[in-house]
Amino acid sequence: MIANDWIQILVSLGLIVLIAPLVGRYLAWIYQSSHLGVERKLYRLLGLDADREMGWKEYATTLVVSNGFFFVAGYLVLWAQGSLPLNPRHLPSLSPEVAFNTAASFVTNTNWQAYAGEAQLSNLSQMLAITFLMFVGANTGLASLVAIIRGFIREGTQTIGNFWADFFRFFIRAFLPLCFVMALVHAEQGTPQTLKTTVTARTLEGAQQTLVVGPVASLESLKNLGTNGGGFYNANGAHPYETPTPLTNTLEFLEMGVFTFSLPFFFGRMIGRPRQGQVFFVVIFALYLAGLGVIEYSEKMPNPLLAAAAVNQQTSPLLDGGNMEGKETRFGITQTSLFSNTTIAATTGAVDGAMDSMNPLAVLVYLVHMFLNEEPGGKGVGFAGLLKEAILAIFLAGLMVGRTPEFLGKKIESREIKLAALSLLVTPLLVLWLTGLSLVLPAGKSSIDNPGPHGFMEVLYAFASGNANNGSAMAGLNVSTPYYAIVIGLEMLLGRFLPLLPLLALAGSLARKKTHPENAGTFRTDTPLFVILLLGFMVLFAALTFFPPLILGPILEHLSLIHGIAF
Amino acid sequence: MKKKILIDMKMIRKASVRSLSMLNPLTLVKNPVMFVVEAGSVLTTAMTIYALIQHNGEQLFTATISVWLWLTIGFANFAEALAEIQGKAQAENLRSTRSDTVARLVTGDVVQEIPGNTLKKGDLFLVEPGDILPTDGEIVEGVASIDESAITGESAPVIREAGGDRSGVTGGTRVLAGKLKVMVSSNPGETFLDRMISLVEGATRQKSPNEIALTILLIGLTLIFLFVVAALPAFSAYAGVPSSPTVLIALLVCLIPTTIAGLLPAIGIAGIDRAFRANVIAKSGKAVEVAGDIDILLLDKTGTITFGNRQAVQLLPAEGVSEEEMARASWLSSLSDDTPEGKSIVTLATTRLPSSTPPEGLLSIPFTPETRMSGVDGPEGEIRKGADDAVQKYIGSAFPSAVSEIISKIAGSGGTPLVVTQNKKVMGVIHLKDVIKPGLKERFERLRKMGVTTVMVTGDNPLTARAIAQEAGLDDFVAQAKPEDKMQLIKKEQEKGRLVAMTGDGTNDAPSLAQADVALAMNSGTQAAKEAGNMVDLDSDPTKIIEVVEIGKQLLITRGALTTFSIANDVAKYFAILPAMFVVTYPQLRVLNVMNLATPVSAVTSAIIFNALIIPALIPLALKGVRYRPVGASALLRRNLLIYGLGGILVPFIGIKIIDMFLVMLHFT
Amino acid sequence: MKIARQSLMATLFLMFICGVVYPLAVTGMAHLVFSGQAEGSLVKNANNTVVGSSLIAQGFQSPRYFHPRPSAALTPDGSGPLPYDGAFSSPSNIGPDTKQEIKNVTDAANAYRQENHLPPGTPVPVDAVTASGSGLDPDISLENAFLQVPRVAEARKLNPETVRNLVMRIKDDPQFGFLGTARVNVLKLNMALDTLALKQN
Repeated sequence: MIANDWIQILVSLGLIVLIAPLVGRYLAWIYQSSHLGVERKLYRLLGLDADREMGWKEYATTLVVSNGFFFVAGYLVLWAQGSLPLNPRHLPSLSPEVAFNTAASFVTNTNWQAYAGEAQLSNLSQMLAITFLMFVGANTGLASLVAIIRGFIREGTQTIGNFWADFFRFFIRAFLPLCFVMALVHAEQGTPQTLKTTVTARTLEGAQQTLVVGPVASLESLKNLGTNGGGFYNANGAHPYETPTPLTNTLEFLEMGVFTFSLPFFFGRMIGRPRQGQVFFVVIFALYLAGLGVIEYSEKMPNPLLAAAAVNQQTSPLLDGGNMEGKETRFGITQTSLFSNTTIAATTGAVDGAMDSMNPLAVLVYLVHMFLNEEPGGKGVGFAGLLKEAILAIFLAGLMVGRTPEFLGKKIESREIKLAALSLLVTPLLVLWLTGLSLVLPAGKSSIDNPGPHGFMEVLYAFASGNANNGSAMAGLNVSTPYYAIVIGLEMLLGRFLPLLPLLALAGSLARKKTHPENAGTFRTDTPLFVILLLGFMVLFAALTFFPPLILGPILEHLSLIHGIAF
Repeated sequence: MKKKILIDMKMIRKASVRSLSMLNPLTLVKNPVMFVVEAGSVLTTAMTIYALIQHNGEQLFTATISVWLWLTIGFANFAEALAEIQGKAQAENLRSTRSDTVARLVTGDVVQEIPGNTLKKGDLFLVEPGDILPTDGEIVEGVASIDESAITGESAPVIREAGGDRSGVTGGTRVLAGKLKVMVSSNPGETFLDRMISLVEGATRQKSPNEIALTILLIGLTLIFLFVVAALPAFSAYAGVPSSPTVLIALLVCLIPTTIAGLLPAIGIAGIDRAFRANVIAKSGKAVEVAGDIDILLLDKTGTITFGNRQAVQLLPAEGVSEEEMARASWLSSLSDDTPEGKSIVTLATTRLPSSTPPEGLLSIPFTPETRMSGVDGPEGEIRKGADDAVQKYIGSAFPSAVSEIISKIAGSGGTPLVVTQNKKVMGVIHLKDVIKPGLKERFERLRKMGVTTVMVTGDNPLTARAIAQEAGLDDFVAQAKPEDKMQLIKKEQEKGRLVAMTGDGTNDAPSLAQADVALAMNSGTQAAKEAGNMVDLDSDPTKIIEVVEIGKQLLITRGALTTFSIANDVAKYFAILPAMFVVTYPQLRVLNVMNLATPVSAVTSAIIFNALIIPALIPLALKGVRYRPVGASALLRRNLLIYGLGGILVPFIGIKIIDMFLVMLHFT
Repeated sequence: MKIARQSLMATLFLMFICGVVYPLAVTGMAHLVFSGQAEGSLVKNANNTVVGSSLIAQGFQSPRYFHPRPSAALTPDGSGPLPYDGAFSSPSNIGPDTKQEIKNVTDAANAYRQENHLPPGTPVPVDAVTASGSGLDPDISLENAFLQVPRVAEARKLNPETVRNLVMRIKDDPQFGFLGTARVNVLKLNMALDTLALKQN
């Protein structure tokens, strides 16, 4: 690493650490103040009784039903693309299974792409289906977190807030305005924003080159701010139109981090214990930093298999050395590492380089991030997952101090454990079994692109990504087949709602409970000891659950690589 | 009863037999983790038989694994059986004290003899010296001294009398002196003794809330590991690694939390047992567990913090009165005062007097609510003692300023001043003081470190109450409390989300006892109090609640510590088994065999043997409990995390390596 | 039923705001302020025909031009390779430990050495032999550019020092001095070469 690498990392991370607490405070204001005039008008217009407090069941029902409508609307646009306007290239409709996969993917904030954007979607679909679903998916996630947080705040009540108010407040006061501003910044840096579709250029050597343009900038800011990740183009953020400059790469990094890293601070403000929020931030940031370190190390590492080909992989002022397969020159290794670590940790899923060509240790980090899926995790649901892990860690630790475990004054009893455990089961079940299934079925195996453990990782990565609602892919795997489109489509829906509903129930259960005052015998959760405990629990738990596939995937590949064994 | 029940060979034999009978899947299904192990054992046994028929070279390995799987269940059952049998032995002890008795039933004026075990609730019976009480009851008439050693192990007899808070008698105890008429308070089979026996025998043992929560977590973990192991053959097949069902079952059993699941029932039983050994009968495991959670402990001043009565500690003469004159006046004033206070004045005054022969012709003037004074009339005139305001009214003039000063000083220190007069002349002031039981301050300090706030409830004025609370090291007090105030206080604290514990013995304590989260009733107390409480202290020692709190905490800590240990163990087991599975196909994975185990066979076998042996190795800890130290939650957690978390990661690495070395010595590779 | 009605209303409203109003507002605003970028940073020649985009690589093959990084872009239907075409951007998606990767890199390195007349065993910069993330990477590393200088100079009969200076003039430093890498945009460089040739004529 050269000085520039360090400066880029320090500046980027420094900005996040500076901005996140402020945004956390702003988000807390959003949810602690009363309706704005414009919001009231909107609620009246749409017939939403936004003042009505909902119990967890009503909240969950509203969430699921509204998402069902969003899903169907998105599906219809994609399914009917061929007969809809604004399609000068006469692109055909998506196949029903890919349309299902795509609607499921975007409504769940996954943004898994079983299609190639520039080749298969009309501008109308990019706007009406993709942009629309990106907004609502992210909003739903944040609303659910707000409801879950209320479980900790409230006492002796059945209700956890109003879904519509939670949904629209973030949308109106933060999400939409920021997307608009940042879209213009992206456009300034070179990202197209036009209703045109293709431009044919005659190159200097006289060849024909097709350039696909469209409303890219408006999707680009949204893709990152909403931790959505679905790009306009197949190459996603690696495409020079999506991320034309190193500055846009950094801005996208900030866009991905700004809301997600602010959530712990938001939480701290909401529960009236800012220190607790800081402690969660430290947990998240520690995992994030550890991941970044490994990725940077892994990608800077010269590939021993290429030594015989006489390739210069050393970094110098004239060359950014390392694993440049699938990476863009303007970013180099460090910008790509920063971006990829963030996109996975924040479950955005946008990429600015090819995940399938990354070295095994980097993929190991991506997989662990997706297994944990909460450091900081996507819009809201990731942080809610962290609270779930905290509850389980505190339960074990709390027993060890000789009291019925408490978290933020709420006693953790069998109902809470039941719901948290239920939510916890989903990830191992979906990821391990669907990966296993796909490795056995011919329909699953035939899509695999790379040989050896790398091919195994492609499948594991796909299901880890689908379950975590991440959306990034080791894209060599051909996922536009009916098998993968349907299975991953279902997985994304299950991976989104199965863990979320028990957490909403948990919030309902916590809201009913009395808040127990702390005393000298209570285990404090805003201390360094808690940081260590939670980190230890999360890492141990993920390791125990995913050790076998990690050994057969990235660990085997890494050990093979350093022994000079190719597949 | 008080003697410790030690584990002897006979118990171990009994437990071993019992643990075999617990292999019944219908019994084991209550412990889902162990049920999975049993399913694995059955499978591997079947595979062993198949291997023996086929001679496929796997016989020895599969047989070994299946034997150790059966042993794993056996050890877990043994732990539970041992704890149960320990409890049963105590129950046996109790049962032997109950002999068939004859009761003299009173119906109207008729007395008839019937077998003691046919008495029904509401019946009246008579007992005389030498009788063993046939059943539990409430004294309706009479006073008696009773030997309760059969129940409490305490040889000093106790006094029980009708009315008041010491009217309860327990079946199985013996009347030493006095006659009693007793009303039966429980039906046959439901007496206190019966309930104790059934409780320690485990017949009424229910899982406590925490145990249920933990069991759910353990089931969750088991499911997750089931998912992991079930997916593994598909991964292996893709990677071109053959997978052996025996190894997969071994891996599953190693990963699921067998250690804690095996010891969990034993930990619970042992918790109740520990309370029992402290002579506290908990009506449920939950009661003991909740004791570990309490935030506030309400303590009555009288009898709990102080000895029942105030005692004279000083005789302060007024100006112009000699010490001896004052002592004599005090002595005379109390000669006919039979209250403990009066007696203590006599005792103190006697030490200040040359002779203590009472003069002739004394007329005793008893205490009346009107005069609020007592004393004597005799050759030395009218001698009276009483509270300052009463005496002032009696002498009809103000006290000399020096005397007033003494009075306010005593009152200020929390004592009670009694003014002594002789012929309406103030002789001096007797200083009566509450005497705090020794050792309490340290115990309250210990409670404070556990996070328990101690609150004293007393009928005294705030001044006195504050002084005593300070002296005894209590956190807070409620002065001039009426019985219903206690109830209000409990409700108020519970409203704030706090858990309240209290002790009580009187009938008027019963509602509060029922309201409190943890209520320790005194065995000497009324039946109503004992019914309302969720624990009964056979020693009738109100401070016993502190021990109960520690036992509750110990119970939770033991569960948490062993769960953490059990889960942390998995790391080493993975490092033993996974390289063994893959290293033949992928030699580059050899570096993961960090323990350098000899062969795949020895690695898997070592892991499964360790997994089985750790259960009996931890039985003593499960029965004894992890020690509780009142050092604050964070320090305690840091310590336990280090021992059971980090230790749980490291210990199996060493253990498995040692077992592997043994196996190499035995050429089992 | 009420929830369904509310959901329907919300769906229609949000689809309109997010899918129509928002992208159109950004489009309008972008065209007002920076229309060049908004149209795709298109580069036109003297005849006002579009020769490409300054952001998108072109598949230069002639020795007279600097060559971009290898491209794994695909045909519009995704069925086969169509390097440097913007219709279907794609990386190679080849794993680092595969024989395919070794072969691709070895072949590319040999070809690179051959076309640039480098002796066997000369280390080739890694960016010159690995496919970019998009298949449309417009930039190459400075080391890559400098190694191509002699060949381009020879083909154009220019002083290598002149070409080298041109590279130094066109190159992009890390943005603000620290973001990203030092690099040179191949299309801009090649257009500058052509301009240089016009001037010299």
